[in-house]
Amino acid sequence: MPTRRIVLIIVAIAIAVAVYEGAQHRSAKGTHPGAVDSPAAAFNLQDLDGKPLSLSDYRGKVVLLNFWATWCTPCRGEIPQFIDYQNKYGPQGLQLVGISMDDDAKPVHDFYQQFKMNYPVAIGSAGLAESYGGVLGLPVTFLIGRDGRIAAKYVGAVELPVLQQKIESLLSSAR
Amino acid sequence: MPKSIPFLLVFALALYSATVRAQSPSSSSDLAPGSAQLLNPDELLKLLQSNAGEKPLLLNVGPSLLYMQAHIPGAEYIGAASDKQGLDKLRARVKSLPHDKLIVLYCGCCPWSHCPNVRPAYNQLNAMGFNHVKVLYIANNFGTDWVDKGYPTIKGQ
Repeated sequence: MPTRRIVLIIVAIAIAVAVYEGAQHRSAKGTHPGAVDSPAAAFNLQDLDGKPLSLSDYRGKVVLLNFWATWCTPCRGEIPQFIDYQNKYGPQGLQLVGISMDDDAKPVHDFYQQFKMNYPVAIGSAGLAESYGGVLGLPVTFLIGRDGRIAAKYVGAVELPVLQQKIESLLSSAR
Repeated sequence: MPKSIPFLLVFALALYSATVRAQSPSSSSDLAPGSAQLLNPDELLKLLQSNAGEKPLLLNVGPSLLYMQAHIPGAEYIGAASDKQGLDKLRARVKSLPHDKLIVLYCGCCPWSHCPNVRPAYNQLNAMGFNHVKVLYIANNFGTDWVDKGYPTIKGQ
């Protein structure tokens, strides 16, 4: 019967599309370094004062990891808000960490003092950036959940209301 | 005074203005999206892959940490043209080249309107008299507009 055959063809196409979409979804999430749902790459750096700075220091906290640079105008625009987040959400378990992609540390020191940054900043490297899937344009911001997995990734200037909502959601999740 | 004199004066002024504009190097304001000095990523890719025509000198004028992760094969690293060191290196690299050499500049560190490097580099080459300079138009960043499209890259210095 032609109608029955048409229905069967439509069902077959729908199943094929669903399988394909599922495969695409799995490949985009959690399988590559820096992908959402994947474990955040460990790092052991020194902050601008020479103190050790490791992601493992913040186990159990929500971490906002921001790749930025002093020459990056959109990055500079985000910093005052990030300072506010550290003040506002720090007591609830948020920790901001800045990774500068500047070629030279001097302007980073100057910027840190000028803007009275209240969270640790380290100078990044190509290797660290690659462990987060590559930072091939700035800014790039990751939110890491209390479980140590990447909960969100934002390439380019982040929409602050969206980020804030995600931070609050992660902070309210179980420890 | 003949009536035609004011008209001739205005005409001469307009002609002079047009001539000066045509002779002076293009300014960085010409780097607005869609302008003739820009190359889109797909256009550059075709140019690099083509066997015909002049191969461009491809210069990266962005930050080194981004270049080391991924850059266009054949590109030479100059350094961030937003600082003096980068511009000095750019001047030194091109000073012995003929002024009609096809040079393509690129960065991709951040969204086009915020890139601190491509405009100083472009202006520098214009000031030196280079008249065949193009700039790779990267709307968002190198990752989004080149790497994510599957275009070729290599890493390292």
